[in-house]
Amino acid sequence: MNTEYNFAYLDEQTKRMIRRALLKGVAIPGYQVPFASREMPMPYGWGTGGVQVTAACLVPDDILKVIDQGADDTTNAVSIRKFFEKTGGVKVTEETAKATVIQTRHRIPEAALTEGQILVYQVPIPEPLRFLEPSEVETRKMHALEEYGLMHVKLYEDIARHGHIATSYAYPVKIEGRYVMDPSPIPKFDNPKMEMAALQLFGAGREQRIYALPPYTQVVSLDFEDYPFEKGGAQQACGLCAAEDAYLDEVIMDDAGTRMFVCSDTDYCRVRREAGHIGEMGVPLAEDAA
Amino acid sequence: MTPLLKVENVSKYYGNRLGCRDVSFELYPGEVLGIVGESGSGKSTLLNCLAGHLEPDTGEVVFDTRANGPKDTVTMSEPERRMLSRTDWAFVHQNPRDGLRMSVSAGGNVGERLMAVGARHYGNIRSTAIDWLDKVEINEDRTDDRPSEFSGGMQQRLQIARNLVTGPRLIFMDEPTGGLDVSVQARLLDLLRGLVRELGLSAIVVTHDLAVVRLLADRLMVMKDGHVIETGLTDQVLDDPQHGYTQLLVSSVLQV
Repeated sequence: MNTEYNFAYLDEQTKRMIRRALLKGVAIPGYQVPFASREMPMPYGWGTGGVQVTAACLVPDDILKVIDQGADDTTNAVSIRKFFEKTGGVKVTEETAKATVIQTRHRIPEAALTEGQILVYQVPIPEPLRFLEPSEVETRKMHALEEYGLMHVKLYEDIARHGHIATSYAYPVKIEGRYVMDPSPIPKFDNPKMEMAALQLFGAGREQRIYALPPYTQVVSLDFEDYPFEKGGAQQACGLCAAEDAYLDEVIMDDAGTRMFVCSDTDYCRVRREAGHIGEMGVPLAEDAA
Repeated sequence: MTPLLKVENVSKYYGNRLGCRDVSFELYPGEVLGIVGESGSGKSTLLNCLAGHLEPDTGEVVFDTRANGPKDTVTMSEPERRMLSRTDWAFVHQNPRDGLRMSVSAGGNVGERLMAVGARHYGNIRSTAIDWLDKVEINEDRTDDRPSEFSGGMQQRLQIARNLVTGPRLIFMDEPTGGLDVSVQARLLDLLRGLVRELGLSAIVVTHDLAVVRLLADRLMVMKDGHVIETGLTDQVLDDPQHGYTQLLVSSVLQV
C-alpha cells in the first residue's frame, strides 16, 4: 500500500459527499441523485463513476473483486483491482463468494449474491430516456411526474422494426412501481437477477449521477402484454464447464471459423470445473494447468 | 349549457412588452373559434397561454374537465395539466417537426399518446394507429416509415392523427396550413372540417389566413397589438367588418 494516498485515493470530504448521495439513492430506489463527480486517474468511460462509489464504500477490512464483462482478468478489471490494492491496501479476490464489494461492468455474477455484499455498477448513460428525449430538463420532469409512455415507444419501435423487442442490453426496468431505471449495459439475461439480497449501487462519473437498489427491491423489466419480457440466453452449454444456465461468450478459435461458447463469468466457470464438470471442449482442470 | 372553455381577462407580458391583454371569451362544445390577426398581434401567445405552454400573468382559463367539472387550468397542478394535454386536449403545431418525433415511425408517433395513458398491448396500439393513419389518408404500408421520409402535407396529417388518437375534446391549432401549397391546404382543410364535425370537437384555430377561418370557424376573433378588437360570427365579421383594422385585413386579401 502506498501511504502517500489517502485511503482508497479520494479525500474524506469527497467520500462523505458521495456517501450522502448513496444514502439518498438507497432511500429513493431508482432515482438518479446528482453528485459532484471528481476527476479520476483514468479516462471517462473506464469506470470513473464505479470507482468513486467503490472508494466511498471501501473499508480496510473489505475484500474487493472487480469484473469486466464477467471476467476477472481483463485490462479494466485488473487495473481497477490494482488501483485499490495500491491506494487502499485492501485484499482482493476473484472468488464471488468471498468478496464483500464487487465492482462490475456489463455483468452480474452468475452465483447468487448474499446479504452484506455490495455490487457496484459502472454506468455510462444513467438516463434511460436519453435517446428519445435529449433535454435533461424534460427527462427530469418526466421522472418527477411519472410520464413513462415514451419508454414504451422505444419498445414499440423495436417490435415494429424487428418483430420482437430487440433491446438486448441496458433493458429498461421499473423499480417498485415508480422510477424507470437504466440497469447499466448488462445483458437483459441478467435483469431478473437484480431482485437480489445484495445492495446494488450505480455510479456514472461523466454524467455525475448515482442511483441505488436496496436489497430485495422489486425490479420489473418493461414489456407489452402481448410481447412479454424474455431474458434470452444461449442455446448451447459452456464448452469448458458444460453450464447450461450461464451467459456465454462466443469465441472464434481459428481462421476457419471454429467457434466456442464459454461462460463470460470466469469465476463461475472455474468453480464448476473444480467441482468436476467438464464441457465438450474442456479437459479436467489439473491437465489444463500442466 | 356549460362552456367547454371559459377565458377571463388573460394577459401575458414579456418583460415590458405586451403579449396579449385582457382577452375574454367562451367556447362551447362543438364550436370552432378562429383567431386572426397579423404577425405579432399576440394570437400565438394567447393560444400558448390557453394550452398551458405559457403561464399567463393574470386571468383565468377555466376548462370543463370530464371528472371534476369546470377547473382553472392556470392554477391546477402541473401533473393534472399535463394529463389534460395528453388526453382531453390536442395541439397541432404550425411546423410538424415541433409536434412529431422525427426519428420514431409514424405508427410509434400515433401510439405514443396511447402508451402515455397506459396502453400496454402492442397489437391493439398498432391497429388503433393504423386505423387513425387511414382516417388521415396515410396508407397502411407507410406505418413503419419515419416522418422525415414524409412530405410536408403528410407530416401535418400525421400530426393530426397523433393528436386525435386519444379522443380529445378540445383541439388547439396554430397555423395548421402554414407552409403548405394550396391544393394540399385544401385537402387538409377538408379533412379537418370532416373530423371536427364527425367527432364533435371544439377547436381554437389561430391563423392569418382568412380563407381558412371562413371554411373552419363558426366564430371569429380579430386581434391587433395584443388586444381583441372585434368578435362575431365568422361570416358576419368577414362580410361586414366594423373595425378599421378588420376592414383593412379583409380588403387586403388577394383576389385571384
